[in-house]
Amino acid sequence: MSDTAVADTRRLNSKPQDLTDAYGPPSNFLEIDIFNPQTVGVGRARFTTYEVRMRTNLPIFKLKESCVRRRYSDFEWLKNELERDSKIVVPPLPGKALKRQLPFRGDEGIFEESFIEERRQGLEQFINKIAGHPLAQNERCLHMFLQEEAIDRNYVPGKKQLNFSLEAGRQRLTKIFEYSSYTQGKSKSSHSKDGLATL
Amino acid sequence: MSFFGFGQSVDVDILLNDADSRRRAEHKTEDGKKDKYFLFYDGETVSGKVSLALKNPNKRLEHQGIKVEFIGQIELYYDRGNHHEFVSLVKDLARPGEVTQSQAFDFEFTHVEKPYESYTGQNVKLRYFLRATISRRLNDVVKEMDIVVHTLSTYPELNSSIKMEVGIEDCLHIEFEYNKSKYHLKDVIVGKIYFLLVRIKIKHMEIDIIKRETTGTGPNVYHENDTIAKYEIMDGAPVRGESIPIRLFLAGYELTPTMRDINKKFSVRYYLNLVLIDDEERRYFKQQEVVLWRKGDIVRKSMSHQAAIASQRFEGTTPLGEARTPGPLSDSGNRQCSEKMDKTTTEESAGMDETFALQRRKCA
Repeated sequence: MSDTAVADTRRLNSKPQDLTDAYGPPSNFLEIDIFNPQTVGVGRARFTTYEVRMRTNLPIFKLKESCVRRRYSDFEWLKNELERDSKIVVPPLPGKALKRQLPFRGDEGIFEESFIEERRQGLEQFINKIAGHPLAQNERCLHMFLQEEAIDRNYVPGKKQLNFSLEAGRQRLTKIFEYSSYTQGKSKSSHSKDGLATL
Repeated sequence: MSFFGFGQSVDVDILLNDADSRRRAEHKTEDGKKDKYFLFYDGETVSGKVSLALKNPNKRLEHQGIKVEFIGQIELYYDRGNHHEFVSLVKDLARPGEVTQSQAFDFEFTHVEKPYESYTGQNVKLRYFLRATISRRLNDVVKEMDIVVHTLSTYPELNSSIKMEVGIEDCLHIEFEYNKSKYHLKDVIVGKIYFLLVRIKIKHMEIDIIKRETTGTGPNVYHENDTIAKYEIMDGAPVRGESIPIRLFLAGYELTPTMRDINKKFSVRYYLNLVLIDDEERRYFKQQEVVLWRKGDIVRKSMSHQAAIASQRFEGTTPLGEARTPGPLSDSGNRQCSEKMDKTTTEESAGMDETFALQRRKCA
């Protein structure tokens, strides 16, 4: 019993990092910008749309770049779909501003520039928070919101898996051994670099 | 019953014979204060005197008997009336009669079994104490003296590392490793986290030490979780292939040995919780039990012969190891492995924060 030994605190050995991993683009790139608000229509039928531009390298999104126009009620639709179908705690949207829609206001109401900017920021925060959520990424409604020209309100709600069927197939064939090995720390892993088996 | 002899005609005190040489250990009381008590080990003899000091030397003290007890008991806070005594020894010091002058009574409890470690927790307390009682018709005079007992172990024969690949499918895959599965209380946890797939925006990563105190049996089991420590091991966003080292010194934290099913009344277990937090405050975690044990100090010459015998009783035994390798680790509290790795939210989410359990990855 070597009681006098000082504990060995040296780092565990680890594989050196591949340089393309170290300096290449990260796998979690996801940016959504909401900009270019435009008020369309006349009189009572006016409404504001915002451009929703998304850039990503996540494989779960079909398009690596997309740009669509959405209005506030589209965001509300997305929020409702997610609240109903998924187990996510959905972040709040910026306010509905009903008071601003009342007549006899001194300013432009919901078409006031400062209000639109405030709303734009809130929507940007909302969509970024949601789009990065692993569970939300599974929902078809999110993909339709971000990447399809128009929202089909009669769509069939559902989950979305990785859409490259070949990649999904590869992943099923992947042999990733978990090794909670109880022999003196010897690694038995045969885990290949990308987790892909050769077909 | 009156304690400490206050307002009585006699002062009662319990003194140990080896009070000068015996070490003391700090122990937290129920209200959180730290006090020092005499430290004993299993098998050691407890010997001393009960001293009676008459406040008024001319007044005699009539009594129905004087005795001293050595008691080890478990007290559940929700059931205070019932003390579960697992050690109960008694020595009669005087038959019913009179005490005419201040005097002291010797006692010795030889090689007393003290099978469990003293523990003061959130819902349960295990304590050892000496209790001197002067029985009287109307009210007894009682004096108690608490002692602290530590249970010692030696280096476990089998102490393999914990290494596991966990994650959320298509989102986050990591491999974590801790150099041992059993750590003594002054040990260092050395490990690493290796990132295999990072498709979320991680902000930082920490490792927590969680103590879970379990009281009650059957349908009335109650777990009390307490986060003893939070230690940040990474600040910033990692990418694939990066390895983050872990070096966590346990001596800085208030820990006890792992206690399993003590007298069938309670357990105290420890878990390492690895937590990754993304930039939207979502938390991804993996909890892993570690066994903590108390290492005996080097037997010094000043230590009593009794203690030397007591510590030798543990040569080659590993009361904690139980020689049962956990096998494919059952994740405490987490879902069991499933082929289809669903992302799950647990009940630990609070408000806008969401918590994900990282599932173990199996071969497809």
